[in-house]
Amino acid sequence: MTEALLEAKQLCKRFGGLLAVNDVSLSLYKDQIHAVIGPNGAGKTTLTHLLSGDLPATSGELWLKGQAVTGWAHHRLSLQGLGRSYQKTNVFLPLTVWENLMLAAQAKDALAPFNPLSWLGRADSKPSVVARAERALVLAGLAASKNSAAAILSHGIQRQLEIAMVLATEPVVLLLDEPLAGMGAAEAQTMVELLHILKKDHALLLVEHDMDAVFALADVLTVMVNGTVIASGTPEAIRSDAQVQAAYLGEATA
Amino acid sequence: MSTPQGHLETLPRSVQLLMGMGLIALLAFPFVGQDFYIQMVTRMMILAIFAMSLDLLQGITGLVSLGHAAYFGFAGYVLAFLSPADAAASWFITLPLAVLASALLALIIGFFVVRTQGIYFIMVTMAFAQMVYFLFFDNKELGGSDGLYINVRPAGWGLDFENKLVLYFFTLACLVLTYFFLRRLLWSPFGRTLNGIRLNEHRTQALGYNSFNYKLTAFTLAGALAGMAGYLWAAQSGYVNPELMGFHMSAHAIMMVILGGMGNVAGALIGAFGFELFLHFFKDLPKVGEFDLGKHWQLWMGSLIVLVVIIAPQGLMGLLRPKGSNHD
Repeated sequence: MTEALLEAKQLCKRFGGLLAVNDVSLSLYKDQIHAVIGPNGAGKTTLTHLLSGDLPATSGELWLKGQAVTGWAHHRLSLQGLGRSYQKTNVFLPLTVWENLMLAAQAKDALAPFNPLSWLGRADSKPSVVARAERALVLAGLAASKNSAAAILSHGIQRQLEIAMVLATEPVVLLLDEPLAGMGAAEAQTMVELLHILKKDHALLLVEHDMDAVFALADVLTVMVNGTVIASGTPEAIRSDAQVQAAYLGEATA
Repeated sequence: MSTPQGHLETLPRSVQLLMGMGLIALLAFPFVGQDFYIQMVTRMMILAIFAMSLDLLQGITGLVSLGHAAYFGFAGYVLAFLSPADAAASWFITLPLAVLASALLALIIGFFVVRTQGIYFIMVTMAFAQMVYFLFFDNKELGGSDGLYINVRPAGWGLDFENKLVLYFFTLACLVLTYFFLRRLLWSPFGRTLNGIRLNEHRTQALGYNSFNYKLTAFTLAGALAGMAGYLWAAQSGYVNPELMGFHMSAHAIMMVILGGMGNVAGALIGAFGFELFLHFFKDLPKVGEFDLGKHWQLWMGSLIVLVVIIAPQGLMGLLRPKGSNHD
């Protein structure tokens, strides 16, 4: 198999007495959707925080594109190609869709802030930045909302913007925390189609509650309970895993 | 929620027109105004530069500094120290040095303070400014509570600041340059990122921005521009004292920015002139019977600020926006 784009080795996160993530290892590959499922409080979002650098891990290692990046700050990981969307919509609400995307797109070739050249040129004058924002806009199907303020968009479109902003940074690894949360059926369908497209060029980690979507989308599934991985494998294998059924699926369908 | 419309970053036509007329008025004023008023307007222009420098932090980056006067006053002291007792210092050496000194002070203090957020930032900027204030206040060698005199105003390259008209036009040039510099900065990648930090700092980090570096650069730049204003203030008054770095001066600048409208530079400029004009108006109020209205100018000024915050949260400038353009 090809080299893993993102690799986590024995990640642990302790909050005081609570072991929120316990010895989790996983590898993300290009052209693969790796879904993490588990009941509420299983540590899925905390795991995403560890992978994206939002939170420092208590122990364990992180490798991005074959490079050791353990303990790197958020913004450095982002510049190295690690993109992350949030469970709770986390966009620049007062800005328009286009302004949101431009801000995301310029991050990659932003000059250092203390370089006076970055104080004078117009932000929208760089063709590479505009092209990147344009691509994300079209890919996420947001062209119709280009000049609307993010605050007035419907929840579903805000979720699309959330993803589009990540895409505008041109990541190689995408960590998507519940992209389908709170979406209507039609909006969810659009998002699922988008994820299928994104899968081709990205390594994708999906944290999701919607079981139908997860089993339809995922190539690999990891099941977490109480911070620990209890099973990992193909959707078929997971579906028939007795331990998973007892711990999670059975409980959910009972 | 503040929107870009809320911050009026794109200036409405009416404001652009007002700014243009203001510039013409400032260019023409010395030819009609008396000496006293020329000095008064020079002072207003200096305060306008100071207010605009604060707006870079307060309105654009969302960092409310309650210690911005430290960098204003510090540059003034640098001029006082560099001025010979009986000859003019050259402005083209002392001005860059004073600005640099303020920038350096802001860089050092900024290194510590921009790590803090919200209310803590306000408190810690004030604390550092008070430290600088008392450093000068308590040390006789640094002028003590009485301050220092600049016996001869700076000169150089054919410009002598002893000439009030020269200083007036020099200040006007600094004002115009600062305004256009900050307006350009607002739309630059740097300015857009500062705006992003104000709106949602966490997300800017997630996108790949090192927000600490951005905030520190903004803090240093704002300190440098405040230093330019402070230098001109010292050059004009021929005198510096610790009050220039004091709490009142910092609060003065915050009120000017709020009065005019935050986050678009033009508001701070309008606010500075507005504030000073109101100030003079209130101080000149007559006695009504036993009650001296003018003596209680602070009461009227305070009421005005409260009124503006309530009826025009975008400041005086917000009143000039065309009707129906409100997207909030």
